[in-house]
Amino acid sequence: MRIADAVSSYSDDEAIFRTRTQRVWMGILLACLLAFPFVVSPYLLFLGCLIGIAVISATGLNILVGLTGQISLGQGAFMGVGAYTSVWLANQFALSLAVTLPLAGLLTALVGVIVGLPSLRVKGLYLAIATMAASVILHFVFVHWESVTAGNLGLNLQHAKLFGMELDSDFKLYFVIIPLALIAVTGARNLLRTRIGRAFIAVRDRDISAEVLGVNLLRYKLLSFGLSSFYAGCAGALWAYFFKVITPESFPLEVSIFYLAAIIVGGMGTILGPILGAAFMTLVPEMLKVLTLLLEPIIANAQVHLAPMKGVVFGILIVGFLLFEPHGLAEIWRKIQRFFRLWPFKT
Amino acid sequence: MSDPILTLEGITLSFGGLRALNEVSFDMPEGGITTVIGPNGAGKTSLFNTISGFYRPQAGRVLFRGKDISRLHPPKRAKLGLARTFQNIALFRGMTVIDNIKLGAHSHLQTGLLSALVYFGRARREELELREKIESKIIDFLEIDHIRNLPVASLSYGLQKRVELARALAIGPEILLLDEPVAGMNREEKEDMARFILDLNQEWQMTILMVEHDMEMVMDISDKVVVLNFGEVIAQGKAAEVKENPEVLKAYLGSGDVADMRRRLGAENASGAG
Ligand SMILES: Nc1ncnc2c1ncn2[C@@H]1O[C@H](COP(=O)(O)OP(=O)(O)OP(=O)(O)O)[C@@H](O)[C@H]1O
Ligand SMILES: [Mg+2]
Repeated sequence: MRIADAVSSYSDDEAIFRTRTQRVWMGILLACLLAFPFVVSPYLLFLGCLIGIAVISATGLNILVGLTGQISLGQGAFMGVGAYTSVWLANQFALSLAVTLPLAGLLTALVGVIVGLPSLRVKGLYLAIATMAASVILHFVFVHWESVTAGNLGLNLQHAKLFGMELDSDFKLYFVIIPLALIAVTGARNLLRTRIGRAFIAVRDRDISAEVLGVNLLRYKLLSFGLSSFYAGCAGALWAYFFKVITPESFPLEVSIFYLAAIIVGGMGTILGPILGAAFMTLVPEMLKVLTLLLEPIIANAQVHLAPMKGVVFGILIVGFLLFEPHGLAEIWRKIQRFFRLWPFKT
Repeated sequence: MSDPILTLEGITLSFGGLRALNEVSFDMPEGGITTVIGPNGAGKTSLFNTISGFYRPQAGRVLFRGKDISRLHPPKRAKLGLARTFQNIALFRGMTVIDNIKLGAHSHLQTGLLSALVYFGRARREELELREKIESKIIDFLEIDHIRNLPVASLSYGLQKRVELARALAIGPEILLLDEPVAGMNREEKEDMARFILDLNQEWQMTILMVEHDMEMVMDISDKVVVLNFGEVIAQGKAAEVKENPEVLKAYLGSGDVADMRRRLGAENASGAG
């Protein structure tokens, strides 16, 4: 049972971490994140980095879809824009990640704003189709703008440096990716408690009355597209630094669907949701892979026979979760928390 | 009460073949309570939507303190101080009561994107100031302290209407437009709301334009009554005069529902369906 501190002033009420307990837990979490790469296997470190990148992109998509209510199937292509931009800049001008990352984010934000223009006229499925069309066009550009993208051959990252250090191991990249993911999430959380976050939600919940109450729909829809794409662009750049090779096939439409699924499974419109969703979507396929490996001694050729089943099991898991808790993993987490807060007085 | 704060000049609004408003003209005296009445479908809500800029009339002008605002976008009109509530409650269901109210202040806040992302300096200061202001002025006044952190979807209808009023007040209105503020409320809720409206008018010196079916309330608190019928103004003036106007009686009779007319014009058990 946790005893809540009395909220003494509005400034406390407006703070993110209202109680000491919350701050302590946050500290423990940070310590774990810090210790993680020193104690885990390379494989887990690899997964940790992947989750970090996915958290950034999912948090960005959540700003657009979960908070502003504008559906988008462009996130994968936006990550591609960020990836190509950063690699091209790094290779051409031998720039550091400290420069290529923000530039990749900014260019992607610009592309996102342009792709978001139809949102001023269309909503829902129509917007989904419009953004999908945009992502097909971007894919076309990745393939055919050969002087920059080298077409289907793709690009190799030749200059992966940050502050004079070669980013040549997952270990080093972990310490780039995780802090950025923390910043990304904190930014989104902060945004949510200011006029901009409220305006996003107002646009989502009732766009017409939002306008009459002083929210400029044009500005906030485009701002949301821009911000969400900025996140995608940064995530894409990190992805490129992580894998060192990018081709047009690195960012197919499935990536966009992956991120939509992540925020839905995690819980749309919450801050925790995209984090949990990104972890879930990254880990479950890996766990299924491990499971088939474990079954190998029991069932002959388990890998061969069960591999096709992985997709099916993955799909069933997602649907199952949604049936069980339509508000996603974040809601499950909230219920667990509430249980422990009231325990043992109420169960 | 002096110069008109809002003037409508020959507003005509059509939806396809349907003329929802036809040459509607009237003034709103500053500091007064003006009420628009009329049978269902008379065009009252359409008139409100025209004033907030959500509908663009085919003809006519809206003047705010003598300045033509007919071409202004809705958010700009909100910033000028035109605040409103909606006939069918239009709260943001994904937000708490306090966030709904804060949204009303949107156009007076300056926080930019970068400052919002770091929540430092201006963003933080502005949020805290806003919170203080809303707490001390609006939440206190409307007696909604106990619900401030609840999601709006969990509130009763009467309380939702009150939160909508709170949100409109956060705009810092020069004119408050209330579309059927007591419709669907029980007696006690109605009395509370009438008291708030009177206080806003008398103590906060706020000009109010209201649509209401509850004749008892209309007659009690209005300085001026405008009667709409089929999109046309058929009478306007002091409440008592309008009530005796034969045109008005005919309009309500003309709706073919005598019982309805009695109910609406009768001072006793008036009810506000709509
Ligand atoms: N967006 C719209 N499109 C088409 N017709 C509309 C629209 N809005 C209103 N109307 C029509 O305009 C007329 C006036 O409607 P309005 O809602 O203004 O009436 P009202 O006086 O507010 O009625 P009530 O007392 O029922 O609220 C009605 O015939 C209505 O059907
Ligand atoms: Mg109406």
